[in-house]
Amino acid sequence: MAESSKELLVRSIFQRNPIALLVLGICSALAVTGQMSTALVMSICVTLVTAFSSLTISIVRYQIPNTVRIGLQIMVIATLVILVDQILQAFFYELSKQLSIFVGLIITNCIIMGRAEGFAMSNPPIPSFIDGIGNGLGYSFILMSVALIRELFGAGTIFGYTIFTTVSNGGWYVPNGMLVLPASGFFLIALLIWLIRTYDPEQQESQ
Amino acid sequence: MAKEHPLKPFYSVLVLAFACSALVAAAAVGLEPYQTVNKTLNQKKNILNAAGLYQPDMGVEEQFSSIETRLVDLATGTFVDDPDIDPFAFDQLDAAMSDENGRALDADTDIAGLRRQEKYSLVYLVKDGDSFEQVVLPVRGKGLWSTLYAYVAIDADLNTIRGVSFYEHGETPGLGGEVENPRWQKGWQDKTLYDQSDQLALSVVKSGTQSSPEEQTHQIDGLSGATITTQGVDSMMQFWFGEHGFKPFFEQLKNGGLNG
Repeated sequence: MAESSKELLVRSIFQRNPIALLVLGICSALAVTGQMSTALVMSICVTLVTAFSSLTISIVRYQIPNTVRIGLQIMVIATLVILVDQILQAFFYELSKQLSIFVGLIITNCIIMGRAEGFAMSNPPIPSFIDGIGNGLGYSFILMSVALIRELFGAGTIFGYTIFTTVSNGGWYVPNGMLVLPASGFFLIALLIWLIRTYDPEQQESQ
Repeated sequence: MAKEHPLKPFYSVLVLAFACSALVAAAAVGLEPYQTVNKTLNQKKNILNAAGLYQPDMGVEEQFSSIETRLVDLATGTFVDDPDIDPFAFDQLDAAMSDENGRALDADTDIAGLRRQEKYSLVYLVKDGDSFEQVVLPVRGKGLWSTLYAYVAIDADLNTIRGVSFYEHGETPGLGGEVENPRWQKGWQDKTLYDQSDQLALSVVKSGTQSSPEEQTHQIDGLSGATITTQGVDSMMQFWFGEHGFKPFFEQLKNGGLNG
């Protein structure tokens, strides 16, 4: 079970990606992937919250009574999310307006709870912190890939910079309207999961 | 694992809850000054936006300096020149809640769902040199989930809408939240508030309603999928441009001009 820090960090990105292998945290992956900039902010927020919630919970793991552990985990996560939200409102007002309710919804992101319950409760603080960062990066990897495809083909831009000039702006590119809608995230995530599992057959579920 | 003491869960939850709430409270109090700066800046930006003057590449404060901020007594419609009240520090919502500067609205007049209204309101006068160009007025009213806040810019004829900008609300994103959509807000431009007999005729209607060209000059397309938000926007317009809103102010302006 003893994995080196590097393994903990890198394995969570491909071998056990929280979205691709465990299919957790799908809701926000659909909602905020319309633009790369919002996806990036969301990725950073989730990575930070996962890392610090795992760290905090791991530090106090011997003090947490078994009967109320889920409630305590949620409390730690909720506190961290409120902090993130307050900081965004104070220093990145425009972004916090764009993300609006999604920042609050980080609390319900299953990845954070999953790591707290599945890893941090039974591991020392430093590995838990690294595991949190790794899972956050895994989440970010999927989020950014989906956002790249959705923004590039849905709006013809990357991070708001025009790559394909759309017809409405006098160019040649007819944007794909479906990619602007959240539902397209489903298809893209499914395709990504398929790709990852074909490349690494160990992740396929046995019959 | 040893059996837990039955009271231990209570202790640990209490301790952790206390630590967490202390952290949250510290963050909320410590960051409040920064958040207030952002909020006022956002309000100024929206005032400029409503007036159609906002330029993204220029500083908001710099652009805002050409706008005159005044206080208006809503009941009489006259400017308030009380040296005790600083227009820049005046908080309308606080005023509405206080006994001194606000009043409770009865159910018949309170169509916008405000409960209480302030005696004085801020108005923003946009001038080009000495000539008065337009006036930007703050309005608010209840939608489906929340109170919507907006600025409406009215032309010097005190009838034509130059623009509108909704800046704070808690409506459903994608449905009622579309009040923020600049494309929808564009539909407000050049609509007129009052008809020839000086009656308030502006209304926000279900999108796609058929009506005569005469009526259309007063009608704003509602948001599809957001009936209650649309009704809320309609009633807030009825309230703020009626007798209890800015109508007395408009009359004063027409009679006495701006320097009265």
